[in-house]
Amino acid sequence: MYDVVIIGCGVSGASCAYMLSRYNLKVAMLDKSSDVSNGTTKANSAIIHAGYDPSPDSLMAKLNVRGTELAKEIAAKLDVPINNCGSMVLAFDEADLEHVNKLCERGVANGVPGIRVLTGDEAREIEPELAPEVVGALYAPSSCIINPWEYGLAMAETAVRNGVEILLNTEVTGFDAKADGFTVKTDKGDFETRFVISATGVYAAETRSLLEKPDYEIVPTRGQYFLLDKEEGKRVGTTIFQCPNEKGKGVLVSPTVDGNLIVGPDAIIGDADDKTTDKDGLDKIAEAAKRSVPKVNFRMNIKNFAGVRANSSSSDFIIQESEAFPGFIDLAGIKSPGLSAAPAIAEYVVEMLRNDGLELSKKADFIDSRKRPRLPESGTAEGDEARREAIAKDPAYGRIICRCETVSEGEIVAALHTPIPPTTINGVKRRVGAGMGRCQGGFCMPKVQELIARELDKDWLEICLDENGSEILAYKTKEQGKEGR
Amino acid sequence: MSEKKYELIVIGGGPAGLAAAHSAWESGLRKILIIERAKHLGGILNQCIHNGFGLHHFKEELSGPEYADRFIKMVEACTDGNAPEGIEIMTDTMALNITPDHEVYVSNTEGYRVLKADSVILAMGCRERTRDSVGIAGSRPAGVYTAGTAQMFMNIMGYSVGRRVVVRGTGDIGLIMARRMKLEGAEVLACIGASDHADGLARNVNQCLKDFDIPLLLRHTITEIRGKDRVEQVVAMEVDEHRNVIPGTEQVFDCDTLLLSIGLIPENELSKKAGVPIDSRTSGAVVYENNETEIPGIFACGNVLQVHDLVDFVTEESIRAGQAAAEYVLGGCKAKTSDTVFALANGENVKYTVPMKARMEEIGKFLEVSFRVKKIFGAGSAVVVTQGDQQIARFKRPYMSSSKMEKIRIPKALIDKIDPLGEPLTVSAVEEVE
Repeated sequence: MYDVVIIGCGVSGASCAYMLSRYNLKVAMLDKSSDVSNGTTKANSAIIHAGYDPSPDSLMAKLNVRGTELAKEIAAKLDVPINNCGSMVLAFDEADLEHVNKLCERGVANGVPGIRVLTGDEAREIEPELAPEVVGALYAPSSCIINPWEYGLAMAETAVRNGVEILLNTEVTGFDAKADGFTVKTDKGDFETRFVISATGVYAAETRSLLEKPDYEIVPTRGQYFLLDKEEGKRVGTTIFQCPNEKGKGVLVSPTVDGNLIVGPDAIIGDADDKTTDKDGLDKIAEAAKRSVPKVNFRMNIKNFAGVRANSSSSDFIIQESEAFPGFIDLAGIKSPGLSAAPAIAEYVVEMLRNDGLELSKKADFIDSRKRPRLPESGTAEGDEARREAIAKDPAYGRIICRCETVSEGEIVAALHTPIPPTTINGVKRRVGAGMGRCQGGFCMPKVQELIARELDKDWLEICLDENGSEILAYKTKEQGKEGR
Repeated sequence: MSEKKYELIVIGGGPAGLAAAHSAWESGLRKILIIERAKHLGGILNQCIHNGFGLHHFKEELSGPEYADRFIKMVEACTDGNAPEGIEIMTDTMALNITPDHEVYVSNTEGYRVLKADSVILAMGCRERTRDSVGIAGSRPAGVYTAGTAQMFMNIMGYSVGRRVVVRGTGDIGLIMARRMKLEGAEVLACIGASDHADGLARNVNQCLKDFDIPLLLRHTITEIRGKDRVEQVVAMEVDEHRNVIPGTEQVFDCDTLLLSIGLIPENELSKKAGVPIDSRTSGAVVYENNETEIPGIFACGNVLQVHDLVDFVTEESIRAGQAAAEYVLGGCKAKTSDTVFALANGENVKYTVPMKARMEEIGKFLEVSFRVKKIFGAGSAVVVTQGDQQIARFKRPYMSSSKMEKIRIPKALIDKIDPLGEPLTVSAVEEVE
């Protein structure tokens, strides 16, 4: 019997697992995906928001500000790339300025440190490439950029190192409510547990429906992005938002922690599984972005992608315990700033469980640290030294597999032996960056596949790009040709 | 820590690097190092198991690995009393950085080190354009590969990437992979190109598509990829002469694989770290008549300089770079100062020229200029070289196409007529008017 079963290993579920793993509890986390952080967590703007957006009396405001504070601590402890680069919300006219001033007041009310309104010239002094049309900006120095999937992964890995069980490729098919808890039924067997935390993102209502009819609706909202070459990465040093107005929420232009430039998103309400990109939408995003930073060179695009946000019928996060089935805690509608709020949401959930009578005694031997398998970037004194040391210990760190991002065999092999080993090409990419660069894995994919096959003792033909069913290869030549069809 | 200083470090052990190193040896250098990231020399030729290589250089038809092997043997044979070890080769080694003063940072299983050289030849080759560099919309399933990646899986690892294949792009690798997939049992539904002619060599259109009944669909592009985990469909649409899609012309292909052969990009990230200026037309280094970049002692050749159609011409260009590096080193590593530098420019119907600059007094019997034209020219066309209003040279051509690299050799006697301080020497392609 588990104390808690967490459904969903995105950043919300991973935060809960991480927070619960410090107590003497039996916890399992399940995900239908082949990897953690593989839904909304991996495809968003990667911003840890300062907290001026949510209205002051909301749960969202409270959890955003607290979450941002925690994110900085956790990233430091768990070796997650984060950069406190600050953010600006640009104003292009009087109406925008008025809005920016309101946001500033809200930020002050929410306790956002250092928030202030700049004139256009002051903004351009910080970011010289901003358009001359910018007449003012809200500046929030506490805003950060983060590697979002690694943030979720780092917390999930730490949870696993502290005894949380993880089951990937495991889909929940139903619940049986019992006197002392629940039976969580999955395609891989049943799990008996006292408490359930449902953190299934865009599928929240679907999961809840397996127990009871939810009193909310999820509105899956697709957002498309451009990820530009590192040569464009220094276009801005701050996250640049636009003032939301009647035409929309505006698009952002931001550096990423890897040194690329990210531009997006739009907001198209649709299907939870629809992660497609479309030319019209992307063209509009590019046009809108140029209002903020006219010189962004979209010819340096290396990847388009779309993420689906779990918007909902509520303006706030929906964090509720089922009335009919106490012990079932639902985390739904965790939309922006959900990434920022995640660890604060988890703290909040832990308090809910405590109030429900879950005994929380701290582990004496809780491990609260982690080292990512990736070496620091070469070309820096720190990176070069780390590289020399690593090669001295293991020559495989000298053999470069991904030339665009300078990822060595040693780093990939280390990633393949982490607490939650990747089993797919994209899983390796998310952990060490192989295939993230300008050739998009054209050169290194076969080599990464070779390492996965070797280290995890897998057949080349089983290895997937990402989810099950996404096998890279069709058949072995000379053996299966026409017959294999 | 004292490291051996080389006279020349060649970055890349593909056809360009091998020919450059061999030629530098022949020209008198004895302390030469080739750095190659793969475990074997030969570069991309090792996966090009089809024939058609060497017709110009060796006057015989070889496969890619055979062509590479000839040069590997030539490089290995470079040894004499002064340098019994011959040309040093570091395979499984990646250059991570180059400085303007010829320090090369390398990583391999023995360590991460800085090597010093009197001169450097850049011969890193090129990479393929991806779906995102041309913005193909839709989902992101498995089954979308560049033709070169599919070729590596097929010819090096022994796996086919799919069973029902559409090829987008009519470049040579795309055409060759269409045939290769078919030979290994896949169905190839179409080879799709946006212009009104195939981008690859005419012989490849005949031998790879026509001979294997693979449909060539011109004036079309792929607008959408469909499929959740693996490609299920791709959507092709007709395009007009400006390459805009024509609404209502959607054609859906049920397939599990989309191969992309939509262009090559010289890999100049290292060159940029060395401070080498890059030409926006070629995406390769700005070079002088002897393949020297704007950074003295750093030379470039092969596909890292300009994307070639035939490896034979890579060889020719690389021999020149090797000679120039040797001349630089044996001449005491002095930067050339010249007050007779003139620029070359692309005129009408020409996309670019290599070199981009030349030094009057450095030109031997002739100045060789390579370039690509923008469209197909039939019989009775010509390449015209002008300075301002003055025609300097004129070369008749029976046929020119954007899929072929063109070359002209302007005799020194004609070059002598130009004013080096005047307007750039402009290369244009014209329909001949008699």
